[in-house]
Amino acid sequence: MANEENTKVENMKLDDMQRVKVLSPSALVLKRFFRNKLAIIGMVIIIMMFLFSFVGGMIIPYGQSQVFYTTEEMRKDYAGATYISDYVVYEAEGVEIPSDLYSKSILAINQNKAVVESRGGGHLALRPLAGDSYLTYVAEETKNPRAMKSAEHKAAVDAGENYFEYDGNAYIVDDATGKELLYAVSEAAVICKLSFTPYASDTALPYDFLKNALLAMSGADGTFEAGGNAYTLEMDGEAAAMVYAADGSDYAYISDMSINSVLGGVFLAPDFKEAVALAIQEGTESFLYTDAAGTEDTYLLSEKNGQYLISRFQETRVIDTYAQPSKTHLLGTDANGMDMLARLMYGGRISLLIGFVVVIIEVIIGVIIGGVAGYFGGWIDNILMRLVDVIYCIPAMPLYLILGSIMDHYRASPTVRIYMLCVTMSTIGWVGIARIVRGQILSLREQEFMVAAEALGISVGRRIFKHLVPNVVPQLIVFSTMGLGEVILAEATLSYLGLGIKYPAASWGSIINAVNDSYVMTNYLFVWIPAGFLILLTVLAFNFIGDGLRDAFDPKMKR
Amino acid sequence: MKKFLVKRLLISMVLLVFVSMIIYGIMRCMPASFVETKAMELAQKPGAKSYEEWLAQLNASYGLDSGIIQGYFTWASKAVRGQFGDSWNYNQPVLQKFSSVIWYSFALAFSAFFLEIIIAIPAGVAAARKQYSATDYSITVIALIGISLPSFFFATILKWVFAVKLNWLDLYGIVGRMHQQMSPMGQILDMAKHMIMPVATLTIVGIGSLMRYTRTNMLEVLNSDYIRTARAKGLPERKVINYHAFRNILIPIITLLGGTLPGLFGGALITETLFQIPGIGYTSYQCIVLGDIPFVMFYMLFSAVLILAGNLIADILYAVVDPRVRVN
Repeated sequence: MANEENTKVENMKLDDMQRVKVLSPSALVLKRFFRNKLAIIGMVIIIMMFLFSFVGGMIIPYGQSQVFYTTEEMRKDYAGATYISDYVVYEAEGVEIPSDLYSKSILAINQNKAVVESRGGGHLALRPLAGDSYLTYVAEETKNPRAMKSAEHKAAVDAGENYFEYDGNAYIVDDATGKELLYAVSEAAVICKLSFTPYASDTALPYDFLKNALLAMSGADGTFEAGGNAYTLEMDGEAAAMVYAADGSDYAYISDMSINSVLGGVFLAPDFKEAVALAIQEGTESFLYTDAAGTEDTYLLSEKNGQYLISRFQETRVIDTYAQPSKTHLLGTDANGMDMLARLMYGGRISLLIGFVVVIIEVIIGVIIGGVAGYFGGWIDNILMRLVDVIYCIPAMPLYLILGSIMDHYRASPTVRIYMLCVTMSTIGWVGIARIVRGQILSLREQEFMVAAEALGISVGRRIFKHLVPNVVPQLIVFSTMGLGEVILAEATLSYLGLGIKYPAASWGSIINAVNDSYVMTNYLFVWIPAGFLILLTVLAFNFIGDGLRDAFDPKMKR
Repeated sequence: MKKFLVKRLLISMVLLVFVSMIIYGIMRCMPASFVETKAMELAQKPGAKSYEEWLAQLNASYGLDSGIIQGYFTWASKAVRGQFGDSWNYNQPVLQKFSSVIWYSFALAFSAFFLEIIIAIPAGVAAARKQYSATDYSITVIALIGISLPSFFFATILKWVFAVKLNWLDLYGIVGRMHQQMSPMGQILDMAKHMIMPVATLTIVGIGSLMRYTRTNMLEVLNSDYIRTARAKGLPERKVINYHAFRNILIPIITLLGGTLPGLFGGALITETLFQIPGIGYTSYQCIVLGDIPFVMFYMLFSAVLILAGNLIADILYAVVDPRVRVN
């Protein structure tokens, strides 16, 4: 091979162009650039970042503001149970009842009176029914000597009662004042400390059912009739009872406990109540119950000040906040239940785009102003450079922060914020480029090729932008590569402080913003570490490239 | 020299006038309702003046009731006499608040500045002495990492390691919980302890540029003819570097460092905020977020003065240190 080449070279003419391998200046720069290991590392990182943000964002199945939910077993209150300690009034149908019936009845029970006066001026009479149950009557004082002398009254007195029926009317005799007063009464309500639950949720238990059931509870045989139907009652402990219809089916459950669902409008089946009552009696902390749909659940029972709370574990859909990294969320989720990896990818798009947009605007303004100032010199140069000085003196970070807080005040949308950020950063940032361009052009314009350009009659605009500016390109490229890193850093800092990019738009800085909550900083490393390293790597890579380019363009530093 | 100084000073004054105009303009860009909201807020404080009074006072003190140009001159004439008004947030004169917080910032910035110098300059020289060696590469990479490191990220890592995991230092603030009970010496040590992480952050983040600047200048000097001559004379390498070369890189370095001196008073806005060090930076950050216009105006102007002063000092030092400049 080598010999062949040699003979080939020998065959060439002396002035053959191929004899010497000539590299163009840009090829030389490229060659030097690719020999720099750090610069190559930087290039690789930047390419990876672009793939990560732009291609990754397309591949990942999640959106940047997609909220994820998870089901969690949560102990939820299901029902509350308590022993009925206060009297409950079950009113009779079709009877006009005085408004203070309840309070007056309680008064009568407590004072052991048979008849009390109600607020409206009428009277209420009370008669023990069975155990702790009473019948309340609306009473009207009458004088009926015949009734007083009747055999029924006598029988009642002999039995130690004050209630008797005579001639189809009911009477109560009150002797509390020492004088026997006769009252004609009509039934108004039953008062007891029991609750009645029918099996079918749509059954309403009629008044005479309640009354007769109460009587049956204290009676011996346990059968009673109500509304023309016969029922059988079976005691279940001291103060609870089951009522069966004539055909033997479950009809109702009577209990001394009030058991209600935590949620309104939920019907609790009697056998659930039975199970609760049983569990409370046995003092167990949990019990099993199979509901109408056939699903068996464990219910937990807790007691506080005589109030029993029945709860169970229920699957609840909640936002999946700060989920640990897993197969579905490779980097976990953030405070809003959004996938971290997706947010990092979309955040990378914004961070990188802002960097490029800002630097491009900076270069355009900087080259125009620097070029004009450098070429014309004199008073134009003076004015433009003083403008540069003035802008250079404006403290940038406070300015960004002020604009951020003004935008907060106006509640600017995330998109507007991004545009504003780009505009502000480039209006402040172009001065560095203008200075470099102007400095280079000041020295370049004195050189011979510019004299030649002038002699050829090339227009001023062409002379500046076609002949002078291309000579500044090396410095421009180096400066803007490093500037990219700076802009990304500044944007991240602003977003970190909460004055740059805002939720729901993501940026790497605003993702790290979560560490302002020290709990997150301590416990959820996966929220802030990846974003931080992405910023560091990207800025570092731009600096590596810039450094490599500087060396490549300006080899005189090499020994 | 005198003529040069006077000229530079005059230019700086003119620049300052324009910068203050821009700053005033930005403040005027704030929504008009902003002052009204502020007045409403101030009026609702217990024992405060009425809303109308506040509004009139705020508008008058910032010339908001007149045109923008007239308003600027109203504000500027007061500012020239050192009247920057009362901070809305702290309810005390801006200058009083400023003088109470500035020394925290200075202590912080100066410690970091000192550390940067004693680390970065030897490191930069070492890197330049053996260009393309492992030392050079590692120093370059460290410098670039320092430049690229987001200060908030580095601060968070420091906090996580030293405050959360090791529990050696406090997360925030300048004084610990037991500060009041300590002896005067203990109080100083307590404050110094709270400065460790902020100073470390500032140093690491700021060290890179000085390191690279030293390296670049040292390389330039080492390539020059007089170094070759010194070596040809047979001088030991140590003497060549420490005596001949180092003295010459002092010209750009002193110019650079002199230029950054005024900045030591400017406060580290981000770092102070991250560690809640009550210096000028953190104070201004709070004022910016809360819309405390008097303090923010003062801080912006103060920062602009510091930047101008830095440029001026750098120019003068350049002339003082390098006799060649003086001749021209």
